[in-house]
Parts: sequence; C-alpha cells; structure tokens
Amino acid sequence: MFQVRIHGRGGQGVVTAAEMLSIAAFLEGKHAQAFPSFGSERMGAPVVSFCRISNREIRLREPVQEPNAVIIQDRTVIGPARAFQGIVSGGYALINSPEAEYEDQGRDDITMKCVGATEIALEHIGKPLPNAILLGSFAALTKIIQLDSVLEAIKTKFSGAIAEKNSVAAKIAYDRLA
Amino acid sequence: MTTLTIGNRLDDKDAAEQSKYNRYNGITSGHRACQGCGEALAARCVVDVAHRVTGGNIAVVNATGCLEVFSCVYPENSWRIPWLHSLFGNAAAVATGVASAFVISGKKDMRVIAQGGDGSTSDIGLGCLSGMFDRNDDVLYVCYDNQAYMNTGVQRSSATPILARTATTLPVRGYMGNAAGTGKNVPQIAMAHEIPYVATASICNIRDLEEKISKAILLKGSRYVHVHVPCPLGWGYPPSETVRIARMAVECGLFPLFEAENGVVVGSTPIDNPKPVEEYLRAQRRFAHLFGKNAPPEIIETIQQIASRNLEKYRLSGEFSHE
Amino acid sequence: MLHQLEGSQAIAKAVALCRPGMVCAYPITPQTHIVEHLGELIHAEELWNCDYVNVESEMAAISVTIGSQAAGVRSYTATSSQGLLYMQEGVYNASGLELPMVMTLGNRAIGSPINIWNDHSDAMSVRDAGWIMLFPETNQEAADLHIQAFKIAETLQCPVMVCVDGFVLTHAYERVDIPSPEMVDDFLPHYEPRFCLDAANPLAIGTMVPPEYFMEVRYLAHKKQLGALKIIEQVGKDFYKKFDRHSGGLIRTYKTEEAKTIIVAMGSVLGTIKDTVDELNAQGEKYGVVSVVSYRPFPAEALRAALAHAQHVVVVEKALAVGTGGILFQELELPLKNIVRKISSIIAGLGGRAITKSMLKYALKQDEREIFLGLDQNVVAEKIQLVKSCCCK
Repeated sequence: MFQVRIHGRGGQGVVTAAEMLSIAAFLEGKHAQAFPSFGSERMGAPVVSFCRISNREIRLREPVQEPNAVIIQDRTVIGPARAFQGIVSGGYALINSPEAEYEDQGRDDITMKCVGATEIALEHIGKPLPNAILLGSFAALTKIIQLDSVLEAIKTKFSGAIAEKNSVAAKIAYDRLA
Repeated sequence: MTTLTIGNRLDDKDAAEQSKYNRYNGITSGHRACQGCGEALAARCVVDVAHRVTGGNIAVVNATGCLEVFSCVYPENSWRIPWLHSLFGNAAAVATGVASAFVISGKKDMRVIAQGGDGSTSDIGLGCLSGMFDRNDDVLYVCYDNQAYMNTGVQRSSATPILARTATTLPVRGYMGNAAGTGKNVPQIAMAHEIPYVATASICNIRDLEEKISKAILLKGSRYVHVHVPCPLGWGYPPSETVRIARMAVECGLFPLFEAENGVVVGSTPIDNPKPVEEYLRAQRRFAHLFGKNAPPEIIETIQQIASRNLEKYRLSGEFSHE
Repeated sequence: MLHQLEGSQAIAKAVALCRPGMVCAYPITPQTHIVEHLGELIHAEELWNCDYVNVESEMAAISVTIGSQAAGVRSYTATSSQGLLYMQEGVYNASGLELPMVMTLGNRAIGSPINIWNDHSDAMSVRDAGWIMLFPETNQEAADLHIQAFKIAETLQCPVMVCVDGFVLTHAYERVDIPSPEMVDDFLPHYEPRFCLDAANPLAIGTMVPPEYFMEVRYLAHKKQLGALKIIEQVGKDFYKKFDRHSGGLIRTYKTEEAKTIIVAMGSVLGTIKDTVDELNAQGEKYGVVSVVSYRPFPAEALRAALAHAQHVVVVEKALAVGTGGILFQELELPLKNIVRKISSIIAGLGGRAITKSMLKYALKQDEREIFLGLDQNVVAEKIQLVKSCCCK
C-alpha cells in the first residue's frame, strides 16, 4: 500500500488533489481511498488530506501517519503542520517551491524535490492553483501513477478550458521531474 | 355582501353552505368539543365549503390542539375527509409535503388545508409556517384563534390579548394579566411574506368566512385565513353566547375583518357604528379584573386605543367595502 | 458500474436509483454533500418526478417528509447530530404513523461542546424511536443499504435510518459499484402505499389513542421490529442474488471460527479493526470480528450464536451513555450472560478522535473492563480531582 499525505492551505484544492489522485489510481484499476482531515477549515487555514493506493481492497481508515510520500502545496505550512513527520525511509517529499533550498531537511533517506507549481499555475492557468499541477510532478517523481491517468482525473474535476489549462500545466510539471 | 334581513334560509342563492341540508358534514357529530365551541363551528364551515368548492378534492393537515383532540380519539373519528395529524408545531411543513406529493403523484386537483389553533400557529409552529410562506407552497393555512392554549388549560399564547387573564397570567395584587405591549399579529406577519392571499374572518359572519375560504382554497400558492373563534371555557362566558361574543369583538374594532393580496390590504368589512370595547370586555370573565375595585380607571382606555387604531389602520369606516 | 466516488455521492446516486418523489433536508455537516448531489440530480432532471424542498429547519425537513410519505410518495431525508435532535419529535412521529421513509444519518457527535466530527452519539439518541437502524462499514455498503432500506421500509411499513459515519465515509473517495437503474427497478418495485391521504377513501391518520389501546399499539411496534430481523436478513440475501454482493443482513463475522477474543463493532471502524486483527493473528494471536449491521432491531440471537464460543468479547463503540458506560456493550451483556465469561468495553473515537491500529493493539492488551481509547490522562487529571473533592463534601 502506498500512502500519501497532502499539506496546504484552504482554497488551494488540497482535498481535491487527494480525490484526483485516488481517481487516477482507480483509472489504472487500483484500489484507492482519499479523505480530508475533516474540519471546518476556512480559506487560508492549514489543511491536510490523505490518499491510499493499493492493489487490494483498502480497509484501514486511520489518518496516514507514515506516508510514503507527502505533497506540500504551500511551503509555509511545513513547520506548523510538521509536514515531514512520519515519512517512511525511501519515501518522497514534493514541495511547491521554485527554490531548491527545501531539498535539504536533514532527511537523506527520502527523495525531496521542489517544483514551482504556483508559478506554472499563474503562467498557464492564471490562478495560483497548484494542486493538479503537483500531481503531474508526483507521477514523475514516484511513478506510482501514470501522467495519462492524472490528466484523465483532472477532467473529472475540472471542465472545459480550465481542465485543458490544468492538463497543460500538469504536463509541464511532469516534465520538470521526468 | 347581502344584507342580513333576507336571512340565509329564504334565499338559497345567498344561503351559507352551513345552512344547507346537503352540506358535506366534513366533521360529523359525536365529537367531544365543549358546548358552544367556536373552533368546532368555524372548522366545519371551513371544511364543508372547501369540500363543495373543490368537488371533494381536499385533504386536511391538523396541528395538535383542541380541534385534533376533540375530533378523533381512537377508535372514533369525526372526519369524513382525508385527514392527517402529525405534531403540534409542524402542520404547515407537513401540508407542504402533502401538497407536493399530490403534484408528484398526478393528483393535481387535490387542494390542501393546514389548520391549527393560535398556539400552533403563532408560537410553536411559526417557523414552519413562515417557511411555507417563504416558499409560497400551495397550501391554505387556517388559524382558529381562541387566544390561548385552551387544550392544556388556558395558558397564555402570543395571541392572547393584553390584560387578559389566563392560567399563566392570573391577575394578582397589582398585576393586571397579560402584559401590555406583547403579542404577535400573524395576519400581518403573513402579509410581510407577500403571499397571494391573507384574510381574517369571524364565526359571527359565516357567509363572509365561507366566501373567503371559497376564494382562498382555489388560489395557488400560500394562503392564510385567521379566524376569530371565542372559547366559552377559556374566556368565561355562557356557551350560548359564542356567536354574540364574536360579533362584539368585530363590532368594536378589536378583531378587524379584512383581506390582503400580495401583502397589501385590498378590502375590509366596514363597521357602521363602532361600539365601545367595554361592552365586549365586560361580557367575559377573563377581563373581569379590569372592572374590579382595584383596577386603574384608564386601563380600559388602553384596549379602546387598540380598537381605534384598527378602525383607522384597516379603514373600517367604509373606504374598503366589499360591495 | 465501478466509480471512484465520494461516499456522499455514492449514497445520493443510490437514493436516486430508488426513485423517491420527495427529497427534503436542512443543511448540517457532514450530511450536506448527499443532499446537494441529490438536489443537482433532481434539478438536472436525471431524477425526475421528484421534488426537492429547501426548508428552514430539520423539524420542517422531517415534517415535509412525513407529509409526502403520508400522501403516498416515496420520501427521503438526511441529517446529522444536532439536526437529528432538532427533528426528534418527528422521528418518533414517523415510526408511530408507520411511514416507510428512509433517512441517511451522517453520524456526528452531539454538543455541547460543539463538535462536527464523527461518532455515534446522534444515532444512539433515537435508538428507541421505532426506526430500523443499519450501519454500513464501507461506502459500497452505504450505497447498497439505501437500496435495501427502501425495500425493508416498504415491506414492513416502518422507517429505516442508514447510519453512515460522517466524514470517515461521507467525505471519503473510494471505489463503489453503482448498479444499473434496471437492476434497481427490478429489485425495488414501484411504490404502492398501503394507506395514504386519498379523497376516494378518506382516512384519519394520526388520531389520539387512549390508554385502552395504547399498550397494544406499542406492543405491535415491538413485534414489528422483532419481525424485521427476518426481513432484513431476507432482503440482504435477495440483494446478494441480484447484485452478487454481500451487503446488509443482521451481522457479519470475520475470522471468528477459531477466535478466542472477538471484537464487536459497528460502522467504518470495522475496517481498521480487521486490519489490526490480521496483524495480531499473524503473530499467533486468535482474534475475530463481528460487525453489527442491524442495530435496530437488535439481533441478539444472531450475536449470541456468533459469540458463544468466545472466551472474551470486546465491544468497540463510538458512543457513551454518560453515567452508565458503553451502550452497545450494555446491550450485549444480557444476551451473553452465562455464555461468554468476559466482556469488556472500549469507548473509542468520540468526537472524531482517530482510531488507529496501534491504539487498538495497545487497548486489547489491557485487562480492563472499560477503556477510553487514547484518553489523555493529563487533560482530565485536574478535573477528576475537582469532581472527587465535590463528591466527598
């Protein structure tokens, strides 16, 4: 079972990201479970969501405490949300940041990568929405899901021009880490 | 409106539905209402005339209260129409569901009446009633206002008139009964929702009541008719006096008869020579303390002012006559 | 067809397949997504000949549903927590009037203190209200149980509540098979009310019942609930035949044959418990699990049969009767009296407290009659002293 935890702030599509990831995995015939950290969070507040991907039925419903990967949509929550906590050895951390400085968190047993998803979003979508874009990078980084599945999942959550723009941006983000 | 001199038995065209030998008798005899019950009289007028006008296509949702309790105690039942009682505070919402279900199941001719006393209308059920008005649901709501919780032993409701004695506003020492400056005016609340039709009626004028119900039952959307129904038990007068007491309330201006459409008063029943309220108040034990030795002399004037304001507000001097 | 869906959407789609004529609800977290989606299906005319009424309170929501069901239309509502408490008078009324409506309860804690997260306190507050109460473990079962719920309700003339864990299920995306309309139509025929408000056949529904008859009315309600045990089991079997899936029934067993200790629970926590049990059994332990699907009627006999050989029964539940303890625990104590030597109670997950494998493993090793899973002693210590000093005065 591959477990993912996504950190960000309300309004960035943190919950939607986990849902899209689960849909992408589902489209590949896998079992997947996505759920939010259940709260009445408001815009701007730190938000966490979770996704489990497995080849078997997923019964476990506890919050993901030992993720195989974390996606950090907003680097300002890293400290307050203890975003790196529990990442398993050999796991991944994908950070929305144009700078590489976050690649060193004192964990040399995990793979850390930065992608400036907000910048890509502003350029290609026109809004600072990094969630779908980071899933493109996630596919390249972890190889748990295919880029095509991510692009398909994007279409289930967005429609028309927005879906198209998100797909273009996700592909760019994929290429950055591929 | 026809004059009362012809009499409803002589001219069948203008006769009240209630006077006809072939009225439907929607609430049949044998029920357990008190002698002289104003609510029982009003409800049978409403149901019978609605039954005739709709060709029998009515269903009634009844709130908990005297009317519900006296009309059916298993295994006996006075209702000869489809009738549903759910709870005290939800008749309007239940009626919304019934009306919707008739549309969904293709029974498009069915008309729905929700009814209850003043407690279930102006107090516990006001939220549901306001919701029904808000959505303009296709229901005629009829309130039988006897101005207190009679079913539980005459406690004060928000429809209880000021200075009235009830079991929870007993005049003692300097306390003169239900405090002045309190109460709700549900017809005005209904009008504030700008529903298609609001009317007041009294059992002292059965043809007027029937006319308003006949009109209201066929209109679409939310409609509200507020009927003044004296209660011999709670108000303290002989059962034979119910209709006379009701008439006195209308003739002094304390209970104005009017109609409103879409939130605007469009007509009222004029009062030729308004009577002083004192006559109406003196006839009822619930106001007896206002005439006792310790009563301040100006207290009747407080109530008289309400009547006078009504005369002006609803133009009861005649500008809005029905003719 | 398989979908990756939010639990609320799966439930909404299943309800829509049952073709109700009335959907009426008032918004409360975490029930909202279900009725939002149903509203969308109705307004898009994917679910046709159905009214969606936006009401001003839960009292109105249950009342509109009572009205439409009494007038002969298949009706549905949904709520959670405080909403259920606010409509509670109507909840009793609906079962008393024998109206076969269906309600989704998105299980959530009851305040005060206000808390929007999942536990079973709300459901427990209406456990004697005369409704059939079913607890699904997954979103697949949640969807399936709604289809079964209408069938059970209409067979018995009794309302059914499907108690779905708020957030944990309602907001979780997972794989759900949504059956075809044809299959559901075949399983659940067009609703023909046994009685309703009808001008051609006027009935007075909801009359006062005096002492001479009231006892009989309550006795019949009790008998009906007990009779429902067979119906629920049969509908579960019929569902399996039609849809090739085990959903519903009264209880389900997991690895109980050789178990020494059997854990009993309801709802979504069962998945985490089963994973825990597998890990423990892999280390040579002998644990089993019994899921209570039908909480009302209470399947005492089925539970007795499933638990009789256990040396120890542990009840894990997300509710607490303040002043007495675990509720499901107490309801099991009597049927298991003189049969199972040891029964203990784990109160878990109140107000959304996470229930993890490691917490369960720790608790299962304790030899205590009552455990509050994950309780922080530091938080309660000071107040406990205060309570003790007050009591000793």
